[in-house]
Amino acid sequence: MAEVLVLIDSADGKLKKSALELLTAARSLGEPAAVVIGAPGTAGALRDQLAEYGAAKVYAAESDEVADYLVAPKAELLAGIARQASPAAILVASTPENKEVAARAAFKLDSGFLADAIEVNADGSAKQSIFGGAVTVSSRVTTGIPVISLRANSVPPQTAPAAAELVTVDVALSEAAKAAKVVDRVSEAKGSRPSLQDASVIVSGGRGVGSADNFSVVEGVADSLGAAVGASRAATDAGWVPHQMQVGQTGVTVSPQLYVALGISGAIQHRAGMQTSKTIVAVNKDPEAPIFELADFGVVGDLFTVAPQLAEEVSKRKG
Amino acid sequence: MNIVVLMKQVPDTYAERKLDPADNTLDRDASDAVINEIDEYAIEEGLRLKEAHGGEVTILTMGPDRATESIRKALSMGADKGVHVVDPALRGSCVITTAKVLAKALGTLEYDLVIGGFEATDSRLSVLPALVAEATGLPQLSGARKVTVDGSNVTVERVTEAGYDVVQAATPAVLSVVEKINDPRYPSFKGIMAAKSKPVTTLTLAELGLAENEVGLAAATTAVDSFEVAPPRAAGVVVKDDGNGGAAIAEYLASKKLI
Ligand SMILES: Cc1cc2nc3c(=O)[nH]c(=O)nc-3n(C[C@H](O)[C@H](O)[C@H](O)COP(=O)(O)OP(=O)(O)OC[C@H]3O[C@@H](n4cnc5c(N)ncnc54)[C@H](O)[C@@H]3O)c2cc1C
Ligand SMILES: Nc1ncnc2c1ncn2[C@@H]1O[C@H](COP(=O)(O)O)[C@@H](O)[C@H]1O
Repeated sequence: MAEVLVLIDSADGKLKKSALELLTAARSLGEPAAVVIGAPGTAGALRDQLAEYGAAKVYAAESDEVADYLVAPKAELLAGIARQASPAAILVASTPENKEVAARAAFKLDSGFLADAIEVNADGSAKQSIFGGAVTVSSRVTTGIPVISLRANSVPPQTAPAAAELVTVDVALSEAAKAAKVVDRVSEAKGSRPSLQDASVIVSGGRGVGSADNFSVVEGVADSLGAAVGASRAATDAGWVPHQMQVGQTGVTVSPQLYVALGISGAIQHRAGMQTSKTIVAVNKDPEAPIFELADFGVVGDLFTVAPQLAEEVSKRKG
Repeated sequence: MNIVVLMKQVPDTYAERKLDPADNTLDRDASDAVINEIDEYAIEEGLRLKEAHGGEVTILTMGPDRATESIRKALSMGADKGVHVVDPALRGSCVITTAKVLAKALGTLEYDLVIGGFEATDSRLSVLPALVAEATGLPQLSGARKVTVDGSNVTVERVTEAGYDVVQAATPAVLSVVEKINDPRYPSFKGIMAAKSKPVTTLTLAELGLAENEVGLAAATTAVDSFEVAPPRAAGVVVKDDGNGGAAIAEYLASKKLI
């Protein structure tokens, strides 16, 4: 059976949920082979989890240097491994960085790239949802190796024990791959909430929240639901929450099981990032707010009374 | 400091967008066409860098005939000239081909920075600037919310999942920007008048040294086999808060087995 290369995302020695989803999806195409690119020791720490989720092989491309440069080293290493392995497909999780890595690898491999698939099939074809979910297309890579980015929450992760045989990959980066140097890495993340990209429940706040302090109301609902916290551009522009929490056209695109919008009007650029969420709940004091056109359940009211009650009620029901 | 801005003309996102059932490509005639919104921020950033460091701003686009309207709009904002890659054979090109074509067009220009937008509202790929960096062999600095140029060094703040990275490269380099970077100006009356006489060059495939069979739908690395218009989202329930709005949501979530 041909290998299917899966680019692995991890944090603090743990696989991201997206990696579990990719390994599960890869099994329908061939034999999953994990590609771990990172500092020395990264692959070793992940090996047990990779084995549990079906990786027959683990390509470990480890060096302290890869993290020092943007995107290009990962693309070079991924393409290099693909040249050796001749995989049936390459799968990555749909994050902005992975999409760039995958597209550049596809370019090097004279192959095609499909972004944001919601389903991959045994023959390497994929389904994509476009125009904000209005149209679903069936597409295919026609040249070379199918390189596909898969949207989070598209495939429920399932275990399937495998050998996870470690294969060490020689990391010798070209000069060209070292052109864009990461000189500083600034963390603005707070708390231990799930990341937006992976979360199956997201609670977002907008201009209606009113201030940074008031965001505790949004966080209260998120904590009761075990959710990630997101925001509209109005809230990130105001500096109430960091920029990386922005959901939308120029922020993160999410597709969780549940999206709760508090004090968000539902501008087209915000909708672009969340309208394919499975269930959408909105609280807004303006009955005309466009977010209600999308909402499966909406409450016209003041978020400062509705949201705390919701958090309390959820906590009560959870016992 | 000469700057090339990658600008795409896209169907207006406020209008309904359609695929052409004849060949499953985007129906670019079905709706009004506008400058991809975030590319206006790329143009603005180009203009600001020019104002600070001198030089010229060139708008580069690959697109159908009507893309000239968008080039004129960019020129009315203050860009100096336009380069329009236009050829019937380009219709249906995949993003990898588009990057190759734009890289060829860049080869005819002199520049220190290439600036694109974070994402086109039609393709929603967010990869073209990275691919232009790949095709030209230049450093990639994408997703910038801040750009600083110091001599032949360019530094950006790139938004990441955890916060942001500060990334640095030597010029020439390829950037893409997010909307946090600036507030694009509106064209002034004077700018609109001046734009009419600014030069717009067209480039055909032959002029770029590319053959027809290297581009377009037939050479695309991906194909759309079929498409389905999804049923519209079923209308939801909207209730007025009567003092129990929060509890009503919890009840709804429980009924959906979401809690
Ligand atoms: C190029 C570009 C890119 C963009 N990218 C993004 C993006 O990625 N993400 C994004 O979100 N936006 C983006 N925007 C901005 C977008 O157009 C909107 O301006 C933004 O989404 C508005 O945020 P908001 O809904 O929080 O604010 P508003 O539109 O001001 O809405 C606030 C809402 O809160 C309600 N409200 C106020 N007080 C209360 C209360 N006490 N209780 C209940 N409801 C209340 C109001 O009725 C109102 O509907 C982009 C814009 C551009 C031009
Ligand atoms: N045909 C094109 N001509 C010029 N620039 C383009 C073209 N397509 C995409 N771009 C640029 O690439 C950015 C990202 O596009 P995309 O990768 O398609 O989401 C856009 O914001 C533009 O700056």
